[in-house]
Amino acid sequence: MIPGRTRARLGWVDAAVLTAVVVALGYVFHRVEAVLEYRWDWSAIPNSLYRWDEETGRWVPNLLMQGFFTTIRLAILSMIPAALFGAVFGVLRTAGRLFPRLLSRTYVELIRNIPPLVFIFIFYFFISSQIMPVLGVEDFVRRASPATLRSLELVFGPAALIPNVISGVICLAMFQGAYMTEIVRAGIQSIPKTQTEAGLSIGLSRWELWRRVILPQALRRVIPPLAGQFITLVKDSSILSLISIQELTFLAMETAVSTTRVFEVWITVAALYFCLCYFLSLLFGRLEKSAAAARA
Amino acid sequence: MIELDGVSKWFGAFQVLRDVRLRVAEGERIVICGPSGSGKSTLIRCINRLEEHQEGRVVFAGRELGADAAGLTEVRREIGMVFQEFNLFPHLTVLENCMLGPVRVLGMTPADARERAMEFLVRVRIPEQAGKHPAQLSGGQQQRAAIARSLCMRPRVMLFDEPTSALDPVMIKEVLDVMNDLAQSGMTMIVVTHEMGFARTVADRVAFMDEGSIVECLPPDRFFTNPADERTKRFLSQIL
Repeated sequence: MIPGRTRARLGWVDAAVLTAVVVALGYVFHRVEAVLEYRWDWSAIPNSLYRWDEETGRWVPNLLMQGFFTTIRLAILSMIPAALFGAVFGVLRTAGRLFPRLLSRTYVELIRNIPPLVFIFIFYFFISSQIMPVLGVEDFVRRASPATLRSLELVFGPAALIPNVISGVICLAMFQGAYMTEIVRAGIQSIPKTQTEAGLSIGLSRWELWRRVILPQALRRVIPPLAGQFITLVKDSSILSLISIQELTFLAMETAVSTTRVFEVWITVAALYFCLCYFLSLLFGRLEKSAAAARA
Repeated sequence: MIELDGVSKWFGAFQVLRDVRLRVAEGERIVICGPSGSGKSTLIRCINRLEEHQEGRVVFAGRELGADAAGLTEVRREIGMVFQEFNLFPHLTVLENCMLGPVRVLGMTPADARERAMEFLVRVRIPEQAGKHPAQLSGGQQQRAAIARSLCMRPRVMLFDEPTSALDPVMIKEVLDVMNDLAQSGMTMIVVTHEMGFARTVADRVAFMDEGSIVECLPPDRFFTNPADERTKRFLSQIL
């Protein structure tokens, strides 16, 4: 992309930084080895990822991988409503009329100014005790035919956990949506007013103006910050462990306790999160490039 | 066809338009000139209601422009507008810019809209640029694309808001040539411009605006040789 990009060459500043990093890492390693005297034992880890199931005679995911898959499901499932909240409230945030602006402002400020954890404690109680029974999710799952149940399980994970996962998704989407609202608003406001004028002057209706002129440009501009927010969403899904959503962090706590290998388990979990998030940032990087190519 | 009757407008406490009266007949070509800040742009933006006036009446083809939003899009599709900064849609190709209105507003099929768009791109002499995005075009080409985009709606009137002010001399000529052609074809035009050569050769009447009002509005031969008002004389001596 950048024309005439130079080959990497090591200057003395780079060398100094590199040395400092190596020394710091060496020091940490030394402290852990010599002073902390922690005895590493990774033997429990493979088994907590996958275990041999005697009954079926197959390898099946154990707690950590189950949690990892739930985290992926949570992430994908909540991205959709979160983006939807972000788009709708972001548009309302720039509305000419006062009421829609007030509504979306209230939503954003309410969520941005409460710690996510506190919001989730309050909101989860409300969702799980009030909204889930109304939606009738549990009944639906119980009465579902084997065929629907199989497709449900593909999307939401093990049947017993479906209400649990859905509550988690709603919580996560609600509070991530607020941050996305602000990103979308900034994108919309970065489109000059002259674009609106040009659209109106060829007779476009308000809806067509948004659909064909403003939103395509605004969304293209917010791909990078939105991608960042999606990755934040994946990482923030870990706080759902505190309302007993059985995702990666929640099951990692259990595994850490049951195996007593605290560092080993958490380092493994960190690696899993890293892989997932890094994969996403590569994916979004691609998307950004193809959007840029489409514009040129 | 267009009638402005006692139109006044304020930006806050500042009065931009003072009791403006102007009648434009079908096929007529009006050039509006005047010092910057005199309200020329605001005036023509009131004609398709990109700006709202506070007093007086703006009537287009017998329909008064008011707060009635449904009728407004009807009126706007019949009034083409060309801006100083072109305002093409940067995410669409030139061809798509031209097709957007016909497809989404007039309900034409994409094939018909494409045919019409190409016809007008030929008329503004940039058919070979159809597949490019606006950022890849020169200023003069962009402005001609913007003119084609407006013409694709087959408007009854074309408004030009300083169409050549953002261009260098070579490009100015390209754009003025296209506007000349358009005038030859009998299009009703209202043009805000400092191009006095264009005013002299193309305009039926030239209006001079100062401090929000139309000082005088005369055929070009009288406007340039024998204006009545002191302010017009001073302006002409500065600009010519």
